[in-house]
Amino acid sequence: MNFLKTTALVALMGSIAIPAMAEQRVLKLFTDASDPAPKAAFEQLVKGFEAENPDVKVEVNTFDHEGYKTAIRNFLTADSPDLANWYAGNRMAPFVNAGQFTDVSDVWEENGLKDSLGSALKSMTIDGKQWGVPYTYYQWGIYYNKDVYKKAGVEVPKTWDEFISNCKKFKEMGVDCLTTGTKALWPAAGIFDYLDLRTNGYDFHMKLTSGEIPWTDDRVKAVFAEWKKVLPYTTKNVAAIDWQDAVSNIVQGKAANYVMGNFAVATFKDGGMTNDTLGFMDFPTINPDIPRAEEAPTDTIHIPAGAKNKADAKKFLAYVAKADVQTKMNEELGQLPINKNSSVGDDPYLQAGFKILSTADGGIAQFFDRDAPAQMAKAGMEGFQEFMAYPDHLDAILERLEKVRQRVYKN
Amino acid sequence: MPAPRRRRLNRKLAPWLFLAPGVLMFLIYVLIPIGESMWISFFQWDGLSAKTWVGLSNYLELLDDDAFYTSLKNNLIWLVLYMLAIPFGLFIALFLNQTVRGIRIYKSLFFFPFVISQVVVGLIFSWFYAPGFGLFFELTKWLDGTGIAILANPNTVTYGIIAAGLWPQIAYCMILYLTGLNAVAPDQIEAARLDGAKGIKMLWYVVLPQLRPATFIAVVVTVIGALRSFDLVSIMTDGGPFGSSRVLSYYMYEQALSEYGYRMGYGAAIAVVLFAIMMIFISGFIWKMWRDERGL
Repeated sequence: MNFLKTTALVALMGSIAIPAMAEQRVLKLFTDASDPAPKAAFEQLVKGFEAENPDVKVEVNTFDHEGYKTAIRNFLTADSPDLANWYAGNRMAPFVNAGQFTDVSDVWEENGLKDSLGSALKSMTIDGKQWGVPYTYYQWGIYYNKDVYKKAGVEVPKTWDEFISNCKKFKEMGVDCLTTGTKALWPAAGIFDYLDLRTNGYDFHMKLTSGEIPWTDDRVKAVFAEWKKVLPYTTKNVAAIDWQDAVSNIVQGKAANYVMGNFAVATFKDGGMTNDTLGFMDFPTINPDIPRAEEAPTDTIHIPAGAKNKADAKKFLAYVAKADVQTKMNEELGQLPINKNSSVGDDPYLQAGFKILSTADGGIAQFFDRDAPAQMAKAGMEGFQEFMAYPDHLDAILERLEKVRQRVYKN
Repeated sequence: MPAPRRRRLNRKLAPWLFLAPGVLMFLIYVLIPIGESMWISFFQWDGLSAKTWVGLSNYLELLDDDAFYTSLKNNLIWLVLYMLAIPFGLFIALFLNQTVRGIRIYKSLFFFPFVISQVVVGLIFSWFYAPGFGLFFELTKWLDGTGIAILANPNTVTYGIIAAGLWPQIAYCMILYLTGLNAVAPDQIEAARLDGAKGIKMLWYVVLPQLRPATFIAVVVTVIGALRSFDLVSIMTDGGPFGSSRVLSYYMYEQALSEYGYRMGYGAAIAVVLFAIMMIFISGFIWKMWRDERGL
């Protein structure tokens, strides 16, 4: 009897619910926000959008962060959602070139995003059109131990020459000027990216990572020449050190500087550093004539070409681009909003990052393994790791990378 | 009349019916995938979009690939040095093969490294070697002033990983020999002793010949263990520094399945080469077993 009652009730409710649903338009969103903070940020974003557009129901499908990288290649061609998140720069190029993403230049035009999201404009533009809307990024730069600087009696450097001359002082104290841990390869790429951005600039760096410039080019060699200057002052054996273990070199005052992304701040603080001992600076200037570019891996939302509800998807993109929405979302993420009218909390590192990124007139690079295709990225990062241990292998390394370039970009 | 014929049919059919589940499994999970890998190795394929037939070009690229030769060389080093597990295992087994109070505890302590997962072995050894805080590193630092970071040096890294691999492998060989020693006939030992055999001579002429089955199994598991070494490389170095500790199985994984890979055809070509190398040993083993069974 009870069972019957329940069934009847469910049936009754179903019949009420269905007509109500029919009036609502559905927007399917696929995301890789599987970690707690991104998940909460997306839930809040969707809730906010639905409150503003009561006639639209957003269906979120969350994928595992790593699995998403493979899944997107499937669902874009097979069963497209209306919205999907991905990354800016050359990481989106394969999908744009294959016609899998919708051109959303009109969203940028109508909402004045070229101004408000200006810092990410270049990394969202391919063939003069915009292909998605960025919602968060975080800065890279140099994190340093303020106590060690004080002990050595040196100023925070503005130029690379000052940085190197500081290194000599640190060496006298028995402190490594620069530390890193390249066991997982990518931390070395952060150093290379910044040296290239400061030596040759954003446009050159983008051409290099998209395979238009040979690795044996003299301008590439110039980057390694700058790198070589700091190698005598760099921690030894970095190839066997995890990036987290290198953090403890800074925490313990065994090293002064670390080129890292802002996500590392939590690890520094776990090690016992505070806002008073952990400093952050922009990577020093090498060539003062080129516009300052920065490194900030950017997360984005796109409309797949096979989307069924493009009108509402564009509304969603415009909503994501809003200053207050990005403020709220990034509070949840602990990262930086891209909209320049957004605000950041009182975290000093986020504030410093927001300042350098929103004024970077050179452009925003995405990080070596997002800017370069996977196989090139892998070979490149291995080359950087080898160069740090054996600088005199440089010519052989560059020839090997050139061989990979000629194979990878062929198709 | 029909009854015996049916019985004869049954007798013919029954073995096949009993074999069928095994044969089917072997076909689906072993033979067909091997064939498929070989087929894929002739294509260029990212795992998702359409395959492109490229003929032998994956293999030609392998011939010109430094990373492939590094992996091949490392596999060879693994194969040779892993064999050390057999004499060491034998030595420990002989040492433990006595009746002393609490010997079971010692035996299980020596066997312990084989029980723990390879992941744990890899982690323990990478901390042991770690520059900055590792015990081994501190020890060498005390000796030579600068310290040797085994896993950061392309010339030593493979040996460092093999040393980690030998730890559980020696335990494995030890347990094989311990069970073998139980089967050694005491009357022959007795007889040899009466004839005045002692020490090395006793071991060489009386004990070892009786341990031949154990030695055979130890060689088989060690060769196969060396060729499929993957876990330790993946845990301890990810094939680094700059690819110098790669072995074929890890290089195959890297090319086909890792984040920077998705070159299924190329990965499959590496797998085929690895398979061919294994085939040499496996056919050797099968040939020997077949001879032994024939009593040759």
